[in-house]
Amino acid sequence: MEFLMSIIVGIIFMAATYLMLSKSLLRVIVGTAVLSHGVHLLLLTMGGLKKGAPPVLKEGLTSYVDPLPQALILTAIVIAFGVTSLLLVMALRAFQELRTDDMDQMRGNDQHE
Amino acid sequence: MNNLVILPILIPLLAATLLIFMNKNIMLSRVFSVLASLSAIICNAYLVQTIFTNGIQTLYLGGWKAPFGIALVADQFAALLVLTASVVGLVTVLFSFQTIGKERERLFYYSGVQFLLAGVSGAFLTGDIFNLFVFFELLLMASYMLIVLGGSKPQLRESLKYIVFNIISSALFIVGVACLYAVTGTLNMADLSVKIAESGQTGLITVISILFLIVFGLKAGIFPLYFWLPGSYHAPPAAISALFGALLTKVGLYAIARVFTLIFIHDPGFTHTLMAWLAALTVIFGVIGSIAYSDVQKIVIYNIVTAVGVILFGFAANTPASLQGAIYYLIHDMVIKGALFMLAGALFVYAGTNQLKKMGGLIQSQPLLGWMFFISALSLAGIPPLSGFVGKLKIVEGGFSAGHMTFSILVLLSSLLVLYSIMKIFMSGFWGEEQDMRRRKPSIKGMVYPGVLLVVLSLAIGLGTEFIAPYINQAAEMLSTPEKYIQAVLKE
Repeated sequence: MEFLMSIIVGIIFMAATYLMLSKSLLRVIVGTAVLSHGVHLLLLTMGGLKKGAPPVLKEGLTSYVDPLPQALILTAIVIAFGVTSLLLVMALRAFQELRTDDMDQMRGNDQHE
Repeated sequence: MNNLVILPILIPLLAATLLIFMNKNIMLSRVFSVLASLSAIICNAYLVQTIFTNGIQTLYLGGWKAPFGIALVADQFAALLVLTASVVGLVTVLFSFQTIGKERERLFYYSGVQFLLAGVSGAFLTGDIFNLFVFFELLLMASYMLIVLGGSKPQLRESLKYIVFNIISSALFIVGVACLYAVTGTLNMADLSVKIAESGQTGLITVISILFLIVFGLKAGIFPLYFWLPGSYHAPPAAISALFGALLTKVGLYAIARVFTLIFIHDPGFTHTLMAWLAALTVIFGVIGSIAYSDVQKIVIYNIVTAVGVILFGFAANTPASLQGAIYYLIHDMVIKGALFMLAGALFVYAGTNQLKKMGGLIQSQPLLGWMFFISALSLAGIPPLSGFVGKLKIVEGGFSAGHMTFSILVLLSSLLVLYSIMKIFMSGFWGEEQDMRRRKPSIKGMVYPGVLLVVLSLAIGLGTEFIAPYINQAAEMLSTPEKYIQAVLKE
């Protein structure tokens, strides 16, 4: 199971890298979102995918899945969520101000316009 | 149990939260943020003194013992950096009164600064690697907000790149944490160190350590990963670049130092040699950048890169002398980079341009600013009575004794070029014929003094080396003996 998940994570990373290297800003943002999915999946996989009950204490259960990676993922998800929403709003502002979403046209050294 | 350890995080965090509610009243938020920064400084100084007399302080949050809960650990290295960060924070706040403008102040500027300081202090004090990630995100989120605040075109353009690079490096950070957790099954730094010492540093762990070097190198701006830095630090107003230049890259350096003196210490032949090479290349590319530009701010920015290289070399050489030197230089550099950005900001307002070709003869009308630039140039290059000297001396001494001859000589040569790059500002900006006589120059009276404050502080560090040396020595000793750290965290 871990083997399969590792390959899937690899494919997600590949897609994210490809998207983040593209010209359009929106594709870059989609790339960062995909990247964070891959990272969270990796965190879950690396914690181990053995069979067990959900980590809620109940009588009669002896084996649970590891609760720590789930807590870490939950933290990472909300952080990624906050950053992505900020990035989306900034992309919108940048489009309104600069009238382009092409990363190539966002170069330039005209710092003092 | 010692609640003192959490105060350096708690004070700015509470202040930031309260400042959200007083954004309309600028006077009140100014007074409040100065008071908050002052109390943070007092508290941090007390923390430094406590560690000096009583050793490493730990606080188990929620009372859970070390590997299971989150521990905050304040050793002397972290405490000294927290103290310096809070001093730079206070001076930045003072500098912003004159420079940042009412519009930005109303848009939660002071709150952002305090959140940034909380994140920086947290990153210095935490003893848990995932908690380090969270504090990194806290300070990065605050820095995203500060870098784009105001929303001018260059700011929007550069901050987009800054955010995307930092998202990538944060993602890699989680990958590193995930791999480390899979191999060792713990996240507490002291426990990680014990686990890795028990199982031996296998090839897999060395790979993870390099992943961490990449992550923290992206934050710190070491050689192949510094490309985002010049643009991002050029875009925001001077007060914000001063805060970034003084604090953000140093947090990355601190994380590198912590990880490579505590956790990944068993294969220095590979990791530390790689760090030494990267440090040397960082120094080379930093000085190339700083002598290539004739733009005041760009020169100062590339000097950050050079200093990062020098400090990284100190940690890479990993001898007692070079560790002392690196800590000394780290503190010196936080102070002097803050000062240089503020002086450059005042110069920009006065001259109306950042281009050296368009200014000249400013020493007649602005003698204080000019001589402050002069002193900080000498201090940056490491001329003996000033603060940059001892750090570089110890780093070079440590480099020689670790057998890195070429790199140490490179560090020495870089001082020359650093001196040249800043003297270029002094020579062509302040001496020579005064240009553009007709334009009415704005008054920059209040803007120079915060920079002067930091220059005086750096002078005091240089002249009072005898006074701070015991603290630095203790910090370096704690870094070179990770057993003490482990013992303080994992008692019995």
